[in-house]
Amino acid sequence: MDVLVGVGGTAASWDALEETAERARIAGDAVTVAIYETDDVAADPETVEQRAREILTAADIEADIRHLSGDPGGALVELADGEGFDRLVLGGSSRSNLGKIRLNEISEFVVLNSKTPVTLVR
Amino acid sequence: MTDRDGSFPETPAGPFERPPRSIVDADGHEIDLVRTDLAGPDRDALVAMYERFDPADRAQGIPPVECDAIDRWLDDLLCEHCLNVVARDGDRIVAHAMAVPDENGTPESIDAYELAIFVESAYQDVGIGTELTKTLLGDAAAADVEYVWLTVERWNEPAVAVYREIGFEVVESTSFELEMAIRLSA
Repeated sequence: MDVLVGVGGTAASWDALEETAERARIAGDAVTVAIYETDDVAADPETVEQRAREILTAADIEADIRHLSGDPGGALVELADGEGFDRLVLGGSSRSNLGKIRLNEISEFVVLNSKTPVTLVR
Repeated sequence: MTDRDGSFPETPAGPFERPPRSIVDADGHEIDLVRTDLAGPDRDALVAMYERFDPADRAQGIPPVECDAIDRWLDDLLCEHCLNVVARDGDRIVAHAMAVPDENGTPESIDAYELAIFVESAYQDVGIGTELTKTLLGDAAAADVEYVWLTVERWNEPAVAVYREIGFEVVESTSFELEMAIRLSA
C-alpha cells in the first residue's frame, strides 16, 4: 500500500509516524512523509525532518520526504488524492485534561475533504 | 494543557445550590446529589455504572469502554482541585458530573475548569442531569471557580438545550463540537 503520513511535529504526529513505520515494516507499505508547518509547533521544518528521519531509521524504513507549503489540510488532500495514495495517516487529535478527544483543524478538514481513506492514529 | 478556543460570557449565572441535595426525579424516585472522592464503595458503584453505560451515550472518547481504562480515567479525575459529584438512587450511582482544572496549580492560578456529565440511560430525561450539573456548579462556585467550559457534539441537541437552560452559552462553533461556557457569580 502507498501510505502518505502527515507530520507537523506535534506529539500526536510522532505517534502517527511511528505507527505508520511499524506497520510498513510488517506489511511492506511504501511510505511518504509530508512535513508541514503548524502554529502548534515551534520547531522549523528542517528540525522536524531530522526527527522524522531518525524515527524512520530506527524502524528500518526508507521513505520519501516531502515538504508542503500553504494551508496544511489543503496541501495534504491535494497530495494524497492527486498522486493516488491508498491511505492518508494523521495524528490530528489531542485529549483534554478531562479525557475528551478533540480533533484539530487540519484533521477535520482532511476527514471532510479527502477522497483517499484517512486514518487518525490514537 | 488547555484545549479551549473561545471566551466566556460577561454575565454571571447562578447562584446554584451546593451538594448535598435531594431531588425527586420525574419518575418519582428520590435521588441524592452528593460529592464523592471516587474511593471505596463509591468507586465500585461508579465503575459499575460505566460498565453498564450505553455506548451510544459516550462523548468524544469518554467514558472508556474497557474496565482497566475506566479505572485509569477515574484516577485522572482524582487530581487535586478536581470536583466530582454523583447522583444516587439508594446504593446505585446513576449519574456522575466532573470538573477538571485546565492547569495544575493553586485555585488562584487556575484559569478555568472543563465540565462533563454522564447519566445512565435508564435514568435519562427525568431531570437528574440538569440538577446534578447545577449542583456541581454550586460546588465549583463555593470553591471560587469563576469559569467553566465544556464541549458537546453538534448533533446532541438535548444536551445543548440542557446546558443553555442552566446558563451556558455557545462561545465557539467552528469545529465538529460546540464549545459552551459559563461565568459563575462569586
